[in-house]
Amino acid sequence: MIPFNILVAVCVAYAAFLFAVAFVAERRAEAGQLGWLRSPLIYTLSLSVYCTAWTFYGAVGYAARSGLEFVTIYIGPTLVFVGWWWLLRKLVRIGRTQRITSIADLISSRYGKSNFLAAIVTILAVVGTTPYIALQLQSVTLSFSVFALEDLRPWVPSDLNATAIWVAAGLALFTVLFGTRNLDANERHHGVVTAIAVEALVKLLALLAVGVFVVWGVAGGMGQVADRIAESPLAETTFQGGRWAGITFLSAAAIITLPRMFQVLVVENADERHLATASWAFPLYLFLMSLFVVPIAVVGLQTQPEGANPDLFVLTIPLSMGAEGVATLSFLGGFSAATSMVIVASIALSTMVSNHIVMPLWLYVQGRGATVSGDVRRVVLMSRRLSIAAVMTLGYLYFRLTGGTEALAAIGLIAFTGVAQVLPALVGGIFWRGATKRGAVAGLLTGFFLWGYTLFLPSFGPGGVMSPELLQHGPWGIEWLRPHALLGVAGLDPLIHAVFWSLTLNTVAFLAVSLSGFPSPLERLQGAQFVNVFEHSTGVQGWLRGAAEAEDLLVMSQRILGSEKAQTMFHTAASGQGKAGYLPDTTPGFLEQLERELAGSVGAATSHAMVGQIVGRSSVSVEDLMAVADETAQMMEHSIQLEAKSEEISRTARQLREANEKLTEISVQKDAFLSQVSHELRTPMTSIRAFSEILKSDTPLAAEDRARYSQIIHDEAIRLTRLLDDLLDLSVLENGEVQLNTQTGDLQDLLSRAITAATASDGPNLRVARDGTTDPVVLTTDTDRLSQVFINLIANARKYCTAETPRLTIRVRQNKGSVEVDFVDNGDGIPKRSQSIIFEKFSRLGDRNAAGGAGLGLAICREIMANLGGDIAYVPGQGGAAFRVRLPLDVAKAA
Amino acid sequence: MSRPPRQPLFLARQTYRWRRATDAARLLPILGVLLFLFPLLRGGGGTAAYSAYMFMVWLALIIAAAFLSNRLSPPRNETEDEDGG
Repeated sequence: MIPFNILVAVCVAYAAFLFAVAFVAERRAEAGQLGWLRSPLIYTLSLSVYCTAWTFYGAVGYAARSGLEFVTIYIGPTLVFVGWWWLLRKLVRIGRTQRITSIADLISSRYGKSNFLAAIVTILAVVGTTPYIALQLQSVTLSFSVFALEDLRPWVPSDLNATAIWVAAGLALFTVLFGTRNLDANERHHGVVTAIAVEALVKLLALLAVGVFVVWGVAGGMGQVADRIAESPLAETTFQGGRWAGITFLSAAAIITLPRMFQVLVVENADERHLATASWAFPLYLFLMSLFVVPIAVVGLQTQPEGANPDLFVLTIPLSMGAEGVATLSFLGGFSAATSMVIVASIALSTMVSNHIVMPLWLYVQGRGATVSGDVRRVVLMSRRLSIAAVMTLGYLYFRLTGGTEALAAIGLIAFTGVAQVLPALVGGIFWRGATKRGAVAGLLTGFFLWGYTLFLPSFGPGGVMSPELLQHGPWGIEWLRPHALLGVAGLDPLIHAVFWSLTLNTVAFLAVSLSGFPSPLERLQGAQFVNVFEHSTGVQGWLRGAAEAEDLLVMSQRILGSEKAQTMFHTAASGQGKAGYLPDTTPGFLEQLERELAGSVGAATSHAMVGQIVGRSSVSVEDLMAVADETAQMMEHSIQLEAKSEEISRTARQLREANEKLTEISVQKDAFLSQVSHELRTPMTSIRAFSEILKSDTPLAAEDRARYSQIIHDEAIRLTRLLDDLLDLSVLENGEVQLNTQTGDLQDLLSRAITAATASDGPNLRVARDGTTDPVVLTTDTDRLSQVFINLIANARKYCTAETPRLTIRVRQNKGSVEVDFVDNGDGIPKRSQSIIFEKFSRLGDRNAAGGAGLGLAICREIMANLGGDIAYVPGQGGAAFRVRLPLDVAKAA
Repeated sequence: MSRPPRQPLFLARQTYRWRRATDAARLLPILGVLLFLFPLLRGGGGTAAYSAYMFMVWLALIIAAAFLSNRLSPPRNETEDEDGG
């Protein structure tokens, strides 16, 4: 007999061996020596986490109870793998292009990255897997107890619980150590996968060893075995069609939807080509695993005492025959099966729980959203580790609460049914573009509820969760709601009943809601990406790291950064890694640096997508595209702002240029004005000087000549004075320094007086006609100045009007808050080209001496009107020279 | 934008064989289902004989899958799914 201590020692040694295997594998992977670590063989063996302790021990028990039916558990996966071209190939491709981290992630990603959906799948997975983990713990403790029965020192039950605790703790430690080394979902857990592969070999060898021992050691050859089968209770097989087909279907669904299977099948897949090998190698593994199940069961039934647990025949047959080596190997096989399942399941579950439940909650509590800073990575890792511990604790608690009961033994198929609820959403999502998020939610919730109601909760037995009355007669006595006979469908096997109702209604809800709804843009894009994955992704490619990749990166960076800068950067990075040349290893650190560098040129999202394209072999996700679009929009906005700014600047420049032109013009005007003034002053001065010299000379002059000359001098002096007065006046007016002498008067009076004043002196005769309103218009303004304007205009008309009988029409009109006075004569008017300059200083038309004015009159008028708040303008097309004086009435009244 | 012609009407022999291999790979699981479910039609019988039948079918499927996987393994980057996926 194997003493307990030695068994424990073997167990510990085996565990230490597994740790060492995982450690070495991680080391090799880190050093880049992947080699056999990523071979199709390792991949195929890692898939064997499908064969848990439940199948290792339980298959024989299953066969002992129900005969050949146990193979359905393996036939389903065989069919799925043999048909890999349909589904698995697509699943693996999608998993790689979309960087899928778990089955929940796949579902959420397909349906518009809905975290709600991911949370549902996660909860479903946790509910379905926790009992399964408990089942593994139970099988390990049971196998210990088998040895304990043989031991001399009887065990107490607390030893079993202690065993379970130690196993759970050890598994948690292993999983945390090798399952949460890094964050990136694209990084494989090489250590874990390698250890799982070793365990797969151990359990296969163990079962084969027991089989060979039983067939040739106990029964004495295949022929003998056939005879024994014929004699045993299992001689006749009656096929229950429903169960046979149902369980085959269920196991086929489970191989895809079990979280741990999805983990090794899709997430840990290192190379799509491995799937081609696994398509026959994994069925072969299953074939070998089940080859000796029936013989072992038959021999066990015949050799073991009545009432012995057939689930443990694998252990008890060799033990009872004294083959301790085979028994120990078998024990290690069972141990391997249990531990590998727990490790992978807890990695898969912890990823899901952490990504879809803990992190969203944490980010929500933080309130800041996903502003990624350095410590988020630590938080994610920590949440994963805690999730692993939590999953393990849940499993242990479940084991403590229900351990040893029938409920736990039956949990395998119940869990299969639970996770199979994901199937419609999964298959629909990758083959049908019309599948929508609402549809998936509806299907999942329907399936989840029906599974719980018809299978999971009743599995605790009458009085467990559901009362016996409820099970017998339905809730509130409604017979057709009985958990095992919904709508009166009685007589079916409870499992098949549950599978039928849950999956049928799940699918119906999924299809119906999908058909009636309209998906969001993101869902539709993701749907297209998933369904047409082979059109969007490149062909079969491995995760080759190496020079080719670095070279691609260099080529790309040169285009963006410029060749010199890119080469310098790559060279520096390479020498930092201790490598010569320009091609560094594409370590995460280097990629991060490169991404940052590129982000400076093309934006973070774009650079991430570009680097991801080359390194990750991943297609650009919709979120990436949206981020790129955001960035582009920002850049466009930025450039629009720049454009607006530059327009503003050019506008300012134009204004400055105009101002400059104006200044130059004014300066020219000033010069012209000065020369005009000096010229105007010079002319009278010259004549005054000339005539005064004549008068001063001794030459005798006639008295009348003297008088004439004196008159000329006098006239010129007056003209000079007037000119200076005008200039002074104009300067005062222009500078706005004029003192207005405001008083109230009637416009009509002012006009009359102006006419009188202007026509009093000698000169051409001018007939003045008054037109328009003759009503008094009361003004409050500087009436003297206004008269000055009127007199000037009338005098001008008198002076310049070329008509034979000059006539001036003065028209007064009140118009919208202003009063207008038009002065229109019947002369030739002012030529069009001169109209714009008549109000300028010294502008005189025609013969300057004709009028004898200095040409300042109209300029003064304009300034006066400006000072009075009105204006004066020339009005063309009135049949002669026409001036319009406008004075605002309200201002006039208010003033 | 006009779509470029998707695929030539007739294929080279090698590509043609490869296509048929994918067809076979698709049909294989269906054949498997039929063979595995066949005993249900008969209702029941000797366990030993049925075991032998099951394992024979199983092994045949594995061998066929291995053969096909070998044929399909050299990757083709051309449009793989003529049914549009």
